[in-house]
Amino acid sequence: MSGTLHLIEVDVNGKRRVAQVPARLSLVDWLRDELRLTGTHVGCEHGVCGACSVMLDGEAVRACLMYAVQAHGHRVTTVEGLARPDGTMSPLQDAFCEAHGLQCGYCTPGMLIAAQALLDANPRPTEVEIREAIGGNLCRCTGYQQIVEAVRLAALRVE
Amino acid sequence: MKSAAFEYTRAASIGEACELLARHGDGAKLIAGGQSLVPMMAMRLVRPASLIDINEIAALKFVAAENDAVRVGACTRQAVVERDGALAARVPLLRQALAWVGHAQTRNRGTIGGSLAHADPCAELPLAAQVLDARMVLRASSKGKRTLDAASFFTGAMSTAIRADECLEEIEWPVWRESRTGSAFTELCIRHGDFAVVAAAAQVALDDSGRCVRAAFGLAAVGQTPLAFPNLAAGLVGNSLTEDLIRAAANDAADACEPGSDLHASAEYRRHLAAVLAARALHAAHEKAKAS
Amino acid sequence: MSSYRYIGKGRRAKEHPRFVTGRGRYVADIALPGMKHIALVASPHASARIASIRADAARAKPGVHYVLTGEEFCAHTDSLLIGVDAPKVTRWALARGLVRYAGEWVAAVVADSRALAEDAAELVEVDYEPLPQVVDPCEALEGRILVHPEHGSNVLYRRKFVWGPVEEAFAGADHRLSFRASWGRSATVPIETFGVVASWDAGTQILDIWASIQMPKYPDQTARALRLPGNAVRVHYDVDVGGSYGVKRGIKHTALAGYLARKLGAPMRLIEDRLENMRGGDMQGPDRAFDLQAAFDRDGTIRGLRIRAVDDVGAYAGRSPLQLGKPIGAICGPYRIPAIEYEPVSVMTNKTPQEAVRGFGQSPTNFAIERTVDRVAQYLGMDRIELRKKNLIRKDEFPYLIPSGSTYDSGDFHTVLDKALAVATYPQLLVLRDQMRKAGKLAGIGIATCLEPSGGNSAFEVLMNPKNETTTWMDSCLVRVDLSGSITGVINNSSSGQGHESLVSTVLGEVLERDPGAIRVVRADSLTALPSNSPVGSRMAIMLGGAAAGAAKRIKQALLAIAAHNFECSPDDLEYRGGDVSLQGVPSKKLSWDQLVEIAHRKFHKLPGGLEPGLQAKFVWEVPTGGGLPTADGRIQMYPCYAFEAHVVLVEIDPGTAKPSIRSYVCGHDCGVMINPDIVHGMTYGGIAHGIGAALYEKFAYTTEGQLASGTFMDYLIPSAMEVPGMTIVDHCTPSPLTEFGQKGSGEAGYLGAPAAIANAVNDALSPLRVSIEALPMSHHAIWSALKEAKSRI
Repeated sequence: MSGTLHLIEVDVNGKRRVAQVPARLSLVDWLRDELRLTGTHVGCEHGVCGACSVMLDGEAVRACLMYAVQAHGHRVTTVEGLARPDGTMSPLQDAFCEAHGLQCGYCTPGMLIAAQALLDANPRPTEVEIREAIGGNLCRCTGYQQIVEAVRLAALRVE
Repeated sequence: MKSAAFEYTRAASIGEACELLARHGDGAKLIAGGQSLVPMMAMRLVRPASLIDINEIAALKFVAAENDAVRVGACTRQAVVERDGALAARVPLLRQALAWVGHAQTRNRGTIGGSLAHADPCAELPLAAQVLDARMVLRASSKGKRTLDAASFFTGAMSTAIRADECLEEIEWPVWRESRTGSAFTELCIRHGDFAVVAAAAQVALDDSGRCVRAAFGLAAVGQTPLAFPNLAAGLVGNSLTEDLIRAAANDAADACEPGSDLHASAEYRRHLAAVLAARALHAAHEKAKAS
Repeated sequence: MSSYRYIGKGRRAKEHPRFVTGRGRYVADIALPGMKHIALVASPHASARIASIRADAARAKPGVHYVLTGEEFCAHTDSLLIGVDAPKVTRWALARGLVRYAGEWVAAVVADSRALAEDAAELVEVDYEPLPQVVDPCEALEGRILVHPEHGSNVLYRRKFVWGPVEEAFAGADHRLSFRASWGRSATVPIETFGVVASWDAGTQILDIWASIQMPKYPDQTARALRLPGNAVRVHYDVDVGGSYGVKRGIKHTALAGYLARKLGAPMRLIEDRLENMRGGDMQGPDRAFDLQAAFDRDGTIRGLRIRAVDDVGAYAGRSPLQLGKPIGAICGPYRIPAIEYEPVSVMTNKTPQEAVRGFGQSPTNFAIERTVDRVAQYLGMDRIELRKKNLIRKDEFPYLIPSGSTYDSGDFHTVLDKALAVATYPQLLVLRDQMRKAGKLAGIGIATCLEPSGGNSAFEVLMNPKNETTTWMDSCLVRVDLSGSITGVINNSSSGQGHESLVSTVLGEVLERDPGAIRVVRADSLTALPSNSPVGSRMAIMLGGAAAGAAKRIKQALLAIAAHNFECSPDDLEYRGGDVSLQGVPSKKLSWDQLVEIAHRKFHKLPGGLEPGLQAKFVWEVPTGGGLPTADGRIQMYPCYAFEAHVVLVEIDPGTAKPSIRSYVCGHDCGVMINPDIVHGMTYGGIAHGIGAALYEKFAYTTEGQLASGTFMDYLIPSAMEVPGMTIVDHCTPSPLTEFGQKGSGEAGYLGAPAAIANAVNDALSPLRVSIEALPMSHHAIWSALKEAKSRI
């Protein structure tokens, strides 16, 4: 009954992952606890803080509001998948380091996903567009100031 | 905050979804975007025995322009609708309402139908549906389908006329054919993307001399359902939309509401906001119509 | 001021690469073989007797290993410590007999997964007999309903301090005013909740602890609670902490997890979910009602202040009552006020307990002082800036002794204020404000000039509890230079985003003249660590920076001694450059860093007598100006170094909806020499954002039945990037004479002045309507109520 496991096949960061999961296992818990991709973080488990943000088929979503079983057949990108193929940091990740867009690092993976999703769709965002794109990601360390600067810097660099 | 256990089925078609609903009865819930449902499951406020996932039903994801309406499949993502420029040209209120719905992540996953079926009286899409008198097409596997207008669809707070074995299939959003049409959506929320404390939506059409020939407006979060005010709107027709006229209609609408109190706002504050925001929405819609 | 090679320069932080690649190591990332998961059963009642607990159904669920109740837990562990003298106010992780707040933990369920533990927790049946509750602090003071009957009252602490000629000041001044202000219960609410993993090794008899922790004496208090010797607890400090800003004290969680780990012989994980955290994590903040009086002359000179502060700490207390004591170290703010009366009262109610929050009570106090100053200005019809400038301590008056016994080390408050006003283009800001008002908006400018005491000399501990005669507030650093010449610094605490690895590597690099990029910084565990008091009280730039500098200097001395010995000269004849040592004037007579390292490690025959082989040094030191005990009238030197902030804020309020928006934010900031300016700025921006939350959005709201109404992130409203505006920080540097590089602490910057500034801005916006709001947060509803009140008066 509720012990039923569901077979899922998900492209995670470019790798095909196959697993048997209970229906109620959330996507974020599956990524963290089963795949050991602990870069994505849990902050509230009710869809407000954004720490769990991942990309689903290239768009930012809250992984705490999805069940792993729903990701079957889809493509998930986590912070671990943002680096370049050779393992070096993406321009966005590097810009976060350059501009000090983080302190404790806990909200950072979610921020990077939200910001990368923005830059993928809108390579020249205005400050308002940046703030709106990360409006669903809460940070308690930075006051967002240097995060916005980091995203702006990354946009310039990718030019 | 882990959900209580449930059975899970991924419906391949709307027919299958309805069949599953019929079979599981009360214990089953449809899951679309999950942006409203999953938080409640995480807090164990709802614990369906069975979830029927309709996210993968391609037939529920479409935007189709007709003569007098745009049909939107119930599982069309809010972000898809928001980005659709042709749709925004024909039903501008939708994009305006969506700007207030949550955040990017919410809209990437949340669906048009999901928000309507959830029927939160504070939500933006139900208000837009109420004001535009959108039509909901409901499918039940054996009994075929039926169409309800918004006023019949929303029956109470978090409650709709959808039957236990029915699935919302598509929504018909009426297109106003008047050439000088303008719409506006405004809201008071504490933080960007939060639930509305009060929201207001308006759409007006003018003739060449600037007189109002058609009007609709409504309020959210001031009653058990989103409220439209067709009688008050009718009173605007045939007139020049002066500030006084707008304010009077807005005040009448506010008087007719029965807002509640909660942590963030008293009933009295909501009633005040209702008048202010209804007037602002009408005014902005009017300005848009004049400029078009 | 000397120019530094590395200090004060823009540098990337060492910590950041692992965080941006998702390779941080937070407590929830730790998975030990055989680890079990804990979920809590919480009381729905604010006050009740536990009649019975039945756990059979819970225990019968597959995957459930144990259900622990307070009866067992409290019998086998010791009560947690309280900072004031109230021995009858005991506290454990689980309630025994009585529950005292809604959300208090009553039982702990251990299962194979968190989901299974939650399933089982729902099946634990607790029979409660509800008791009368007391939720209002004024009612609690009356004492008819007692939260801890054995304590005899609900008052944990009360004292009236009188410093200076208060009576005379009030009698002799031209004017007096009095009013009430209140600071609503909020907290810094990190995005990562508190978590702990505990593992008992029966072979070594060591309890290993990994936790998201920011707490002085954490290993010691954990051992004590578990009745273990101190060296049976090993806290691993190399856990990344996802923000704390004061609140992650976690002793109760750790005692619980540690007890279960030992009892069940398996590693235990307790990660609060957000619901547990908000109600039962005991991490709420000051909840303070102020009665304020000012005595002042017509020329604006403030002659005296009377401050009564009643703080509702909730149903239990740890260090929380002490948050009324820390502000004594800056009780007159940055002003020359010779007479202060301060009456702190710490009272208990049936609410979630309060914990240490960023600033440890200084922000509410600064808010109270700055509202008073604005009100004095308003009373006199005097410009708020002129009034401040008249009363601000002048640069030439430092070091400045305040009536409550602390000496402010250095400052140039007028210059910082002027710089902030200049960058804010204050005259144009006034014009803009008035234009906005003409256009029908409400608009106001808020000014706040506030102190950030730093250095963590927590003398309030002994001040508020003479039985706790303690004056040691040390920190430490160990530096090793290994055989290859690489430098490693070892720090002895966990960090939660303050950039301590960057701090230490920069300081070591500066002193040793070696590239900080090649310097590694690691963390000890509590068995191998030198003593530390944790990053609290904005102390680490001073204390850890000072310890790193001290240890590095000892290394440098050793290198010079080796060279002097080998050149047969005095160390004074030597020149140290970049780690190489040469004879002054004879550059060919040089020993390179690598050569010196080799002598130290491998060439004992070339080592001067008396010098230890190898190349390592430790430095442990007491906080500057520390070590004193309070006088009979409660005067004591608190924190040693005083940073300063001047905020200039423009706020707009929509008169129709009452919605506030911050249109411009400038913060002048002087924390002496900044070791890493980007890190300091970052914490200041973050502090301001915390302050915006406390001022406008965040509140742990309670019903009259003691139920937490804002227990999720849907109702406890943390500001996003859409609510926090762009901010400009204007730096100034008045070095501290007490520290190695002139650095002062800055971890609490921004938060200590932002609520005051925003409160002043909102009230400036409302002033044409002749209404004011003196309670934080100034929610939309509160603003609307004020507007309504104004309208009704017309």
